[in-house]
Amino acid sequence: MADAKVLNNNQILVEGPLPTDPESVRLVRADDADILLEVTAVSPGSEPGTFLVTTTETLQTADHYLMTLAGSDLMWSIAPSAMAVLVAGVIGSALINNMVFTRYLGLCVFFGVSRKKETAIGMGVTFTIVGLLSGMLTWALNEFVMRPLSLDFLQIIAFIGIVACLVQGTDLVLKKVNKVLHGKFGIYLMLITTNCIILAVPLLNATNEANLVEGFALALGSGLGFALALFLFSCARERVDMAPVPVVFRGLPIAFIVAGLFALAFLGFSGLSFL
Amino acid sequence: MSTATTRTSPPIGTLLMRGLFDENPVFRLALSLCPAVAVTTTVKNGVMLGVAVFVVQVLSSVSASLLRPVIIPKIRVPLFVIIIAIWVSVMDMVLAAFYPDIYAEVGLYVKLIVAFAIIISRMELFAMKHPPMPAFWDGFGMGLGFLVAMILTGALRELLGSGSVFGIQIVDFNPLLLVILPAGGFFTIGLIMALFNWVDVKRGIAVKDDYKGCHG
Repeated sequence: MADAKVLNNNQILVEGPLPTDPESVRLVRADDADILLEVTAVSPGSEPGTFLVTTTETLQTADHYLMTLAGSDLMWSIAPSAMAVLVAGVIGSALINNMVFTRYLGLCVFFGVSRKKETAIGMGVTFTIVGLLSGMLTWALNEFVMRPLSLDFLQIIAFIGIVACLVQGTDLVLKKVNKVLHGKFGIYLMLITTNCIILAVPLLNATNEANLVEGFALALGSGLGFALALFLFSCARERVDMAPVPVVFRGLPIAFIVAGLFALAFLGFSGLSFL
Repeated sequence: MSTATTRTSPPIGTLLMRGLFDENPVFRLALSLCPAVAVTTTVKNGVMLGVAVFVVQVLSSVSASLLRPVIIPKIRVPLFVIIIAIWVSVMDMVLAAFYPDIYAEVGLYVKLIVAFAIIISRMELFAMKHPPMPAFWDGFGMGLGFLVAMILTGALRELLGSGSVFGIQIVDFNPLLLVILPAGGFFTIGLIMALFNWVDVKRGIAVKDDYKGCHG
């Protein structure tokens, strides 16, 4: 397999012999190999032995493409690097598909601990760390134990068990190792078990059959996204608490309206595409 | 939280009313919000998840109440979680088998019922201290409260967002897309909560604004 990479929005740089006839080049996305991407031109690249393939489609560096030639066994696989997958995954799950504002997960804890900036930061940090740990543990369990043994139906019980054990374990270790830190973050640890995000990450990973990098990116991104959402929301809520809100809207109702406004703002990220 | 003493169980009517209005899990206790906002874009999805939670709540409450004598208090929370997880797995498989099309949309949230604070809090606060029958009615009331909340939110959002209820076109107008969007769920729930508060004000009860969040 020869080397190839996405050069810009609609050009691919290919190493190896290519006919100059664009009709004979077959370019598809790895996800849906049935849909041909239209190739308009094949031209020689700047270095000898390299060619530029131009298409009308907008190419994404984070996507995986396959290229074949008519009447030939040659195949090019244009896959993104692990780093690109990681960055795209983290940004995707932290901003574009923010767990709180677009998937509505973890709302219970979200409304519960967002009254003060201090608690919001504490919860955000604790959750990101524990979420990453549990995400990796459950990924390994799913990949090496449950999938080979076809134990899919035990997913829910196994994942929630791991999360509960991990939270309890972290609590014990933290208590022994660092009393001060435990006094500060211990209370948030206990709340994590009721946070749906911690369970949603392994379930989503299992459904998407994510590989290690994708799983890591989702776990990290959702943790960071939750922390960000919590911090922003607590800043707004500290101010709302001071504001003269109509009696019937006081407390939770106005908090929901504010969260709705945040969700509207996060919609702006949905057009975000980079790399 | 009402002060239910250890042995005397409140009458069925009180239990039902508590779940439906006074301590409505979604609009009052603000527990189990994730699905309430997420799947209520149509009534159908809302009903499906509402029924799932209802069944899991009733079964878990009764199981916890039946197992009272053998549950060791120190490890009760993990045991509760396992009981819930078992019933959720059952529910998950049943729904996936009988309603595959709706399940495709709300499947993730059905699995996440395990992490719902409302179910475990009812087991801890009520089922552990009462015999199976009152525990059944308490679970029944809370589950029903959740189901009603889902139907109410779902109907409101579907009506405003696409002018239909249960997929049947009712009014013909330019749909308010905002209501279907993620943000719309938050707005709708906020408005219904305000409505509940308004009813309280009319009944002459002071509005509580010292919400402390879910306790587990």
